[in-house]
Amino acid sequence: MDNESQYSGYSHKSSHSRSSRKHRDRRDRHRSKSRDGSSRGDKSVTIHTPGEPLLDESTREERDDNWGETTTVVTGTSEHSISNEDLTRVTKDLEETTPLECKRFLGPALAGLLSFFALLTPLAFLILPQVLWRDRLDPCGTPCEGLYVSLAFKLLVLLISSWALFLRPPRATLPRFFVFRCLLMVLVFLFVASYWLFYGVRVLEPKERDYRGIVEYAASLVDALLFIQYLALVLLEIRHLQPAFCIKVVRSSDGASKFYNVGHLSIQRAAVWVLDRYYSDFPIYNPASHNLPKSILNKKMTGFKVYSIDENSTNNSTGQSRAMIAAAARRRDNSHNEFYYEEAEVERRIRKRKARLVVAVEEAFTHIRRLQEDEASSSPKHPREVMDPREAAQAIFAPMARALQKYLRTTRQQGFHSMESILTHLQFCITHNMTPKAFLERYLASGPTLQYQQQSDRGRQWTLVSEEPVTAALRQGLVFALRRLDFSLVVTVTPLPFLRLGEEFIDPKSHKFVMRLQSETSV
Amino acid sequence: MSYVPGQPVTAVVQKIEIRKLRQGERLILGFSIGGGIDQDPLQNPHSEDKSDKGIYVTRISPGGPADVAGLMVGDKIMQVNGWDMTMIKHFHALQKLTKPNEEVVRLLVTRKSLETAVKGAMGLH
Repeated sequence: MDNESQYSGYSHKSSHSRSSRKHRDRRDRHRSKSRDGSSRGDKSVTIHTPGEPLLDESTREERDDNWGETTTVVTGTSEHSISNEDLTRVTKDLEETTPLECKRFLGPALAGLLSFFALLTPLAFLILPQVLWRDRLDPCGTPCEGLYVSLAFKLLVLLISSWALFLRPPRATLPRFFVFRCLLMVLVFLFVASYWLFYGVRVLEPKERDYRGIVEYAASLVDALLFIQYLALVLLEIRHLQPAFCIKVVRSSDGASKFYNVGHLSIQRAAVWVLDRYYSDFPIYNPASHNLPKSILNKKMTGFKVYSIDENSTNNSTGQSRAMIAAAARRRDNSHNEFYYEEAEVERRIRKRKARLVVAVEEAFTHIRRLQEDEASSSPKHPREVMDPREAAQAIFAPMARALQKYLRTTRQQGFHSMESILTHLQFCITHNMTPKAFLERYLASGPTLQYQQQSDRGRQWTLVSEEPVTAALRQGLVFALRRLDFSLVVTVTPLPFLRLGEEFIDPKSHKFVMRLQSETSV
Repeated sequence: MSYVPGQPVTAVVQKIEIRKLRQGERLILGFSIGGGIDQDPLQNPHSEDKSDKGIYVTRISPGGPADVAGLMVGDKIMQVNGWDMTMIKHFHALQKLTKPNEEVVRLLVTRKSLETAVKGAMGLH
């Protein structure tokens, strides 16, 4: 691999030395013609907000380049010094650790406790009299046994359905209380409390003797619990399934947008819903792909200078700025021309690199083939070494590495793929007998955000920005935003139109046709 | 009246001036046309040469302006107000006839009986 193709696999210690070495290389090397957005040519200082670690939606190399060129102080180049990026990354890590751990499980833990208590209550109702005053109880024969059986089955059904519906790890923490869930928990608590109260006053105190009544009482509690569970099912799972609103999600940084159909939800639940879809539908946010190259933007920024000649003219700043804008609008500028040719050039370059890449990968894949079963057993005439997928991937990686690296650079995706990830993907493709085109599918089109994420238990921090309280239900014209550090998703809600469906019956025998080649029109 | 490609078309024509009748909002002429270079010439009942794609009069409403002016069914329209009708699409012919602000259209039409009459007259000489 040549010097240029440095893959961004990172270790904390050596990142700084590598970046400084890279800058020395860049300065020594003759500057290539390819423009790469923010790095070449301009000496203006750009301020970067502290970003996130690499595998999370931003390109490291962009920031590395800028950092080297525009600061005048070069810190020590020993391997053990911590660079600026390391500091920001450390603070970022600290932010994302402990607070989420505890709070995430508080709500579900409470709910679990309550439901456990509620499930045990009927059994307690049955067992307590037996334990406390067994001798004085009226004997209760077959009806009680029938009730026992039904009680047991209902409890079993409750258990299984609770497990199926509610015992799932929560996937989001909401900023405010989840209204329906709270409502249900309060309801369960009230029910169970009132039953216990009644039980305590009417059964435990006077040591009630009618055991059958007690068993029926316990059965009625189980019925009530079943109905509450039905209510929970409808409120939490079913009500929002019927679509009622169409929401439009637009990403503020590059305009990627999608429309979704959603049911009756509160704003916070809708936000969670949207984020679920965001991670698998939206292509990954690439901060390197800006709209206009810097050279064109800078030209637009140099405006006119305004001199005031009159001594007693008041400093009318709005008048001045308006004059400047009008003058700038009148001035004939050809930046659109530059932009058009620049775009065409970039397209052409991408297509060229893609062609080279496809050919290189195809050739590389021909060097390898799967070992057949019968070949392995028979004694080979030409002994070939047998490799496992990892070694096979490493063997054929070398010829295609350069072409792949160049292509990723041209499409500004080099930040998303480290060499390790490419090798892993290649190994995966070889194991599953994929063609070169299937291998390349991951690099030719930019995929959804989930494809590049690593499984981290700490979760993603999103901020819900809204003018209405977030437990309000969705309605027409509502707008809220989900903000991340460097971009946000703006969500607009419109109701789905009411459909008036009419009916028209067409007799199948009424489909008749004639030739019409000579049209006669009356004048 | 047959059209030989490359040779100029010669025909004996009659000038007919039709004054349009205002009927409500529209100005009507009182006849129907058929034909055109985008239509199928084989279907034309009035043409001699079945490859003739000219504009023909197919129907005249009795008592209407065209009838009064002397237009007859089966006439081939050669010109309308100076616009050529021998090589024209059906729709464009319609447009030329129904221009909204014209009160009068002057057509040049030809028919078989004209040809025979002139030939007969010439033959006598």
